[in-house]
Amino acid sequence: MSLVRSTLLAAAGLAAFLLFWEAMPRLGLINPAFLPPPSTIPPAFLREVSLGIWPEAVLSSLSHYVAGLAAGAGAGVGLGLLSGMSRSFEAFTAWIVRLLRPIPGLAWVPFAIIWFGVQPSAAVFIIAIGVFWIVFFATQGAVRGVDRDLIEVAQAFGFRSPLARLAKILLPAATPGILVGLRTALGQAWMAVVAAEIFGVPGVGQRMMQASSLLSTDIVVVYMLTMAALYGLFDSAFVALQGWLLRWRA
Amino acid sequence: MGDAIIDIRALSLAYERGGQRNVILSNLDLSIARGEFLVIVGESGVGKSTLLRVLIGLARPSSGKVRLDTRPGCRTPMALVFQDARLLPWRRVIDNVAFGLEGSGLSKAERRARAAEMLALVGLGDLARRWPHQLSGGQRQRVAIARALAVEPDVLLMDEPFSALDSFTREGLQDELQRIKAQTGKTVLFVTHDIDEAVTLADRVVVLAGSPGRVAAEVRIDVPRPRQRRDAALLEAARSLRGELSRRSADL
Ligand SMILES: Nc1ncnc2c1ncn2[C@@H]1O[C@H](COP(=O)(O)OP(=O)(O)OP(=O)(O)O)[C@@H](O)[C@H]1O
Ligand SMILES: [Mg+2]
Repeated sequence: MSLVRSTLLAAAGLAAFLLFWEAMPRLGLINPAFLPPPSTIPPAFLREVSLGIWPEAVLSSLSHYVAGLAAGAGAGVGLGLLSGMSRSFEAFTAWIVRLLRPIPGLAWVPFAIIWFGVQPSAAVFIIAIGVFWIVFFATQGAVRGVDRDLIEVAQAFGFRSPLARLAKILLPAATPGILVGLRTALGQAWMAVVAAEIFGVPGVGQRMMQASSLLSTDIVVVYMLTMAALYGLFDSAFVALQGWLLRWRA
Repeated sequence: MGDAIIDIRALSLAYERGGQRNVILSNLDLSIARGEFLVIVGESGVGKSTLLRVLIGLARPSSGKVRLDTRPGCRTPMALVFQDARLLPWRRVIDNVAFGLEGSGLSKAERRARAAEMLALVGLGDLARRWPHQLSGGQRQRVAIARALAVEPDVLLMDEPFSALDSFTREGLQDELQRIKAQTGKTVLFVTHDIDEAVTLADRVVVLAGSPGRVAAEVRIDVPRPRQRRDAALLEAARSLRGELSRRSADL
């Protein structure tokens, strides 16, 4: 299929979807309070922006997102490298990992609130936990999978210390795998943002809960689409960065 | 030999696998003189690569001694050109060549300059900015040679470095290598399957044979340099070496 044709089809599909969505409440098939027609979304969006609620909620969520992602990914890469490099460290942590890994990020909410209160740091903590495991396992696996032949090159040229091995070979060779994990984490962290904020930390999630309790479903949809747009933006930026970092690949 | 730069005594190496002991090299004695061009030939699997790996410190002998008399305090007294090029795919060609110089105290600009010189030497000056995946197999091999030369080792270990090249490029690089060798007085340990290549390059050819592998024969090539390819004396040396090799494999 040509690019033009597939683009046209995609646009047509989206238009049909929006039409169907618009028709359902308009024809009285669904209560508009349960499903606001799409035509009501742009005005609702402008209202939220002019009231200053939208920028504030988005900025606040973004700050949780970035901080949680940075903390979780930083710890995940760091410990993943250590665990990938050192069999002893891996063995030492094996059962700890088994114990903690199956606990869903959201199961930490009670402790997050007890430790941090209903504060941004609680949201950051929950986001970081979800991100951590993804990045940790991706990094560990990527380091484990580095071609031994390349490690030998470093040794043959006199780079024998673990640190030199890490900097010269393991880290660059593991970068593709680490980036795959980070990209998954990018999406995972968005989910965690909403979940963490639903418990009252200010941000997009909190605003959605407020709106839904007032049955202002158009506002809920505004924020759902906001998140889709922001995620799309981050993902595209990340893919571009990934492409640049991995420009050495065939 | 009095002025040996490498002296290998009673070297044995075995791989243990699943309780099985697979002896690759046994009681190998070999002495390499400073400035010598030593070529090692032998059947596939006899342990030629393994011997080079022991010398560069990638494999540990089960017993025996290797004595080195290289410059004291040198970070890279030896450099190895692997049988497969083994470039680092995330580094541009120039930075692959500069790889071994990191940690030598040279600035990045100095390392790059030295690397560019080495690239020019192997005839790839124009490809400095390429990524390894954009090179042909032969070009990759030449980058690997430049990378080894860049660290200015006392001993250059080369594991079938030209086997992936067409005969034209190969002969060019053979000449180049002899020129570098004459200029720098480096000691070269060169593994090849190609008898003509062996006699063209070598001061001495050592035949590894047997299972486990030992030094089965030695042929000295006393032909003055620069050598004329297909010179009668070289052809004669090649003939006697071929005879030696077939006699060895008949003995086994
Ligand atoms: N890591 C290893 N574990 C077990 N056996 C090995 C290992 N590496 C090499 N060998 C065996 O050691 C023997 C010698 O291998 P080596 O690579 O030194 O041969 P070679 O003389 O260089 O052969 P070629 O000319 O094909 O390159 C082979 O029989 C090989 O199967
Ligand atoms: Mg070999």
